[in-house]
Order: sequence, then C-alpha cells, then structure tokens
Amino acid sequence: MSRKIVVPFGPQHPVLPEPIHLDLVLEDETVVDVIPSIGYVHRGLETLVAKREYTEYVYIAERTCGICSFIHGMTYCQGIEQIMDLEVPQRALYLRTIWSEYSRLHSHLLWLGLFADAMGFENLFMNAWRLREFVLDVLEETTGGRVIQGSCKVGGVRRDISNERLAIMAAELTQFEADLSDLSDVFLHDDSIQSRLVNVGTLSRTDAYDLGAVGPVARGSGVAIDLRKTGYAAYGDLRFEPITETSGDSYGRCAVRVRELFSSIDLIRQAIEKIPEGDIEVKVKVNPDGEYFSRSEQPRGELVHYLKGNGTKHLVRSRIRTPTLTNIPPLVKMLRGCELADVPVIVLSIDPCIGCAER
Amino acid sequence: MMKIEQQTTVVIGIEHLIGRVEQFRKGGYRLVQVNCTKIGEEFEINYSFEKDYRFENIRIIISPDSEVPSISGMYWGAFVYENEMHDLFGVAVKGMNIDFNGNFIKTSIPYPFRNPQFQGEGPCQGK
Repeated sequence: MSRKIVVPFGPQHPVLPEPIHLDLVLEDETVVDVIPSIGYVHRGLETLVAKREYTEYVYIAERTCGICSFIHGMTYCQGIEQIMDLEVPQRALYLRTIWSEYSRLHSHLLWLGLFADAMGFENLFMNAWRLREFVLDVLEETTGGRVIQGSCKVGGVRRDISNERLAIMAAELTQFEADLSDLSDVFLHDDSIQSRLVNVGTLSRTDAYDLGAVGPVARGSGVAIDLRKTGYAAYGDLRFEPITETSGDSYGRCAVRVRELFSSIDLIRQAIEKIPEGDIEVKVKVNPDGEYFSRSEQPRGELVHYLKGNGTKHLVRSRIRTPTLTNIPPLVKMLRGCELADVPVIVLSIDPCIGCAER
Repeated sequence: MMKIEQQTTVVIGIEHLIGRVEQFRKGGYRLVQVNCTKIGEEFEINYSFEKDYRFENIRIIISPDSEVPSISGMYWGAFVYENEMHDLFGVAVKGMNIDFNGNFIKTSIPYPFRNPQFQGEGPCQGK
C-alpha cells in the first residue's frame, strides 16, 4: 500500500467559480477519501427575516442565487401564499412557469459552457454562452432584469407579457432549438468529451437515492425525482416526464442537462399555448400566520424554502435548503476511487452553486 | 389549476427520534432536509422525508442545553444538516458520522443564529 497524502482542493481553483474546499486523501493518484468544507461565503441571509417585512424579503430570497434567482423568489412567494391560503391568478402561475423554464435554460447553458471550459474546449464554451445570451435577452425584455428579475411578488407577478410578445417568443424558440441541436450533438457524441466523462465519477442509483441526491445528479443515476411533477405553478396543466439517464457517471449528468434544455423549450411552448387571460396578482391584506415547506425544482434540483410566520410583518423563520447542499454527500461518494486528474470534472458535474448553498 | 402539496408534521419526543427515523428509513423514504428554528428559548427541529412525492415531517422541541442524537447512522448524508445546525445554532448533536467540530461553516462569530445580533440599521418595525 502506498503512503497516503492529503491534497487540498479549493477554495480557489481554476474550475471553481465559487469557493468550496475539499481535502483529498490520495494513495498515489487515486482519491481514497474526501472531506468537504464550506463557509467561505456564508451571508446569513436567513436571519434577515427579522429585519425585513415578509413582502420585502422576496428581494432577499431572489438574491440567494445569481443564476436561478427567479425560482428562489417564486418558491418563497409560493410558500407565503400557501400559508395565507391565497389563490393566485392562473395567468400569474403560467408566467411564473415560463420564466422558471427560461431560468433553467440559462442555468443549464451556463453550466454547459463552464463544463466545456473545464475540459479545455474553449470553442464549445463560447458557443454555449452565445446561445445563453438569447435566453438572457428574453428574460431582460420580459422582466427588466438579466440576473435578478424581480418580477415575482406575493400574490402574483409584477409584469405581464403581452400575447403578441408571447407569440414572438414561441416563434423565436424554433431557431433557438435548431441551434441547441447542433450544440447538444457535440456534448453527447464528441469523442474527446466522452473520453473525459464516461465512467468518471459514477454514482449508483441506490447511492443517489440513499444519499439524498436531487436534480440532474439524481436523474443522471436513474432516480426519477422532479418536483415539477408535484404540479406547483402551472406544471400540473402541462405534459412532462422527468429526464433520466442510467449510467450514473459524469456523462449521464451532462446528458440529463442537455436533454432538459429541449424539455424546457417544450414546456414553454405548452405554457404559451395554454396561458389564460386575466389578472396577474391578487392583493394581500393580512400577515402570514402558520408554516409551510415550499418546494420547487431548481435547475440543480429540489429547492425547499421553509417559512414560518406568527401573524406579524416579520417571519419567525426562513430556512432555505438548496440542492447543492444536499448534493455534497453524493459528491463525496463520487470522488472516492477516482483519479486526481478527474476531480475538477466530477466536482463540476454536480453543477455546484456554493453561494446558494451557503446563503 | 395549481396542485397543493399535502404536508404532515408530527411532534414527537426526542427519545422517539431514532425510532421514527428508522421507520422512515425502512419505509424507503429519502431525507429531504433537517432544519432548526429558535422559538423563544427553545429550538424546534424539523426532519423532512419524502417518498413518491409524499412529504412528511417529524418535529422535536428541545431546550438549548439538550443533546440531539445524530441520524447520520441511518441517513449518511445527514451530516451536512447536523453540522450546519451545530455551527449556526450551537445545537449539540451526538454521534455524527463526520463531525467537523464547528468548522463546517466558518463564521466570524460562533453560533450566529443562536442569538442573532444586528449591527447598524435596526429592525424596520412599523415602516
């Protein structure tokens, strides 16, 4: 047996957009154990419920993440609405669904670009981000914000999208889908990508479920968990099946995200086709008194906002459980037994969002 | 029409925690999350589980000096939640499979959520 050495990985590393630290225990080039630690960007956002009224806290909830900010805001609003037993207008629910799926498109394209960059495939990185610009443009035109949309509020949404604009968005998706097909062919069939991903960082179906994996990490191992199936927002009215792969390796997780791009386009088209006319918000007149675990499907997996109110303007507790936090134990499992050179790709394959995880 | 998820929460004594979690484990539930809330001088800890989109919670209510048994023997991934609970709220958890001894989440002051202190602007009461 070789001598064991510990190699620190992160918090600063070329493939890490955000800081996480891993102590990698190595025998020769093989990782035999991993000890993760976080806490470099802990902001204590959850305690701000004591300083901000529940209607103001939407802005803080959105700023939990700079990628899936809209979904954080929506999940928070959804939780408050459930506590208050508010019936949100259907049109608002459809608009939330459309913006959620555009957020998913932008998040997956961002990740695909970073993933390509981590493998040294610069041209693919630029192509993924070029397509992402189209999505960000749509978000900016319809909400006013590229990163923080600010379009969700307790009781509905702040902005409507005209039917004419919705028709244009549906038409533009045709060219976007064709461009995505070219991009996805490279990610799914290119030899150099397959050589870096296939059989690298494998997580079995049983381990994925037992360790609490969510999102593409779980679905890449064949666990068909997707919170959109619970029917929140307008998802209950739309045809949709979770995308799964069975290989459980880095390629499987990549393939799930690539295929989900097309699933999101389909969901946006369905929502545009079915969106009803009507109001986009209801007035809120009382303070939340009660508790609710509001759950949604973020691009990285299941998001939980636990909210507890006591009838005042300030909540007693906001607890945000993000998918990256719960995907850390599966990451530890994936890394055990891998080669040191594969660590960056495996870490990126869970699409870590540490700012989200630390809150 | 938006579907409303049914959620159940059962309050149990701390001495029944391990037994109830074992039932969830044997029933094929996955651990969704563990969270802690400070209510007055007590802590309310929720353990959430899910199976086939059926969402269930159990809750224990403890005093600040209580020690909570770890569930990481049954749900290996629980160590992230238990270490977080310890590092932010100062709740003692006994028997964690990976115990970071307060170094999982690095904060400038110990247990910042136990007695939150705000600097500068005060709470926006009545605004």
